[in-house]
Amino acid sequence: MRNAPPETTPFFARDRDMHPPAYTPWYKTTVLRSPQRALISLEGTKSETTGPVFGHSILNEFDNDLIVNYAKPGEGPIGQRILVHGRVLDERGIGVAGALVEFWQANAGGRYRHKKETYLAPLDPNFGGFGRTITDENGSYWFKTIKPGPYPWPNGVNDWRPAHIHFSVFGHGFAQRLVTQMYFEGDPLIWICPIVKTIPDEEAIKRLIAPLDMNNTIPHDMRAYKFDIVLRGRRSTLFENRKEGN
Amino acid sequence: MAQALGYLKETASQTAGPYVHIGCTPNFTGIHGVYDKDLGSGSLVNDQTRGERITIRGQVIDGAGTPLKDALVEIWQADADGLYNSPSETRGKADPNFFGWARCPGDMETGEFVFETIKPGRVPFRDGRLMAPHVTFWIVARGINLGLNTRMYFSDEEQANAEDPILARIEHRVRVPTLIGKREGNEVRFEIHLQGDKETIFFDI
Ligand SMILES: [Fe+3]
Repeated sequence: MRNAPPETTPFFARDRDMHPPAYTPWYKTTVLRSPQRALISLEGTKSETTGPVFGHSILNEFDNDLIVNYAKPGEGPIGQRILVHGRVLDERGIGVAGALVEFWQANAGGRYRHKKETYLAPLDPNFGGFGRTITDENGSYWFKTIKPGPYPWPNGVNDWRPAHIHFSVFGHGFAQRLVTQMYFEGDPLIWICPIVKTIPDEEAIKRLIAPLDMNNTIPHDMRAYKFDIVLRGRRSTLFENRKEGN
Repeated sequence: MAQALGYLKETASQTAGPYVHIGCTPNFTGIHGVYDKDLGSGSLVNDQTRGERITIRGQVIDGAGTPLKDALVEIWQADADGLYNSPSETRGKADPNFFGWARCPGDMETGEFVFETIKPGRVPFRDGRLMAPHVTFWIVARGINLGLNTRMYFSDEEQANAEDPILARIEHRVRVPTLIGKREGNEVRFEIHLQGDKETIFFDI
């Protein structure tokens, strides 16, 4: 899958200014779930620079098509048909090939298929709400789905999540592990969402908002949204002192 | 002015939310028929895996002492010889019967996670000194804004732990036990405390 030899160097130090701090009391669940002590810095050893590889053998044919992967034969979910695509890159701008990308979301009405979900919007009998794919040699990925609806959640008395898709990404090292959410261009709920507002950097928030991509919109079928994901970069092999520990 | 470095910025993390299990372990949530089995579920070992069988059990506990019932825990570890099953492993070929990675949702009633695995071998630190046997943990859940990284070491490895270059740098020695899984027979217990007096050491890796 990868033409280049596997990279073995440590990752760039994580720029924590790009991430939410642990304690963000306006998102109430963080109050008792945020570590309060300083993290201990651990420059990359083999335990962090290595990671598992998931081959295509784990994938079924329709894992990246949420429109069909749970639907009864001949039926389909209610909602706006969309294509979500983009690249998984690292901080050097290099495509991350073979990355496992998993995604999950609410249905068009904003309801998750989960026992503990209490929102009164109905389940869609033809929508499971999850899928996965593996990036190609350029780091590109795509999947088909229906646009999720916004939903209310118990935090403030009137908090609503903007429409979003959750992502989990596996790159080439365990230190690259990332979970995030994709939002949709033009949604007014983005800027008043307590979870979005855990991110202190406005530009970092904008990078979570997928723009409408008319070039890849399929006429008379589905609109496209483009969402690139950036994982941590790695130091150049040229600078490695190979005689120790490696 | 100088040239622009031109690096991209890492995508911001967002909480995995209460329904991470829909995406990562759908069969566990009762959604069957899409994935044959949940990725990373079940035992890490088969009949041919080399190494000493152990079971790791624990809970993720919040600042009020309540176990999280909606966390997702992943582990990554070396094989019995201290080799990772990864293309980025440079020192040799790991046991082909040991993948080294697994994921486990907390039990819906107790929050407990369980991993059937082997005790890892020792992996060298970057200066060549051997680190003590350890398992890397990654924890996400609702209310955790950025996945937490920690390591579990083993209580039956006192000598190796005393030599470990990572444990050695921890200034507050009273916190070191938060990284030590307590071994009794083949069971290793590892409680992860998010806050409080027993707050687990988390790493910026
Ligand atoms: Fe959500």
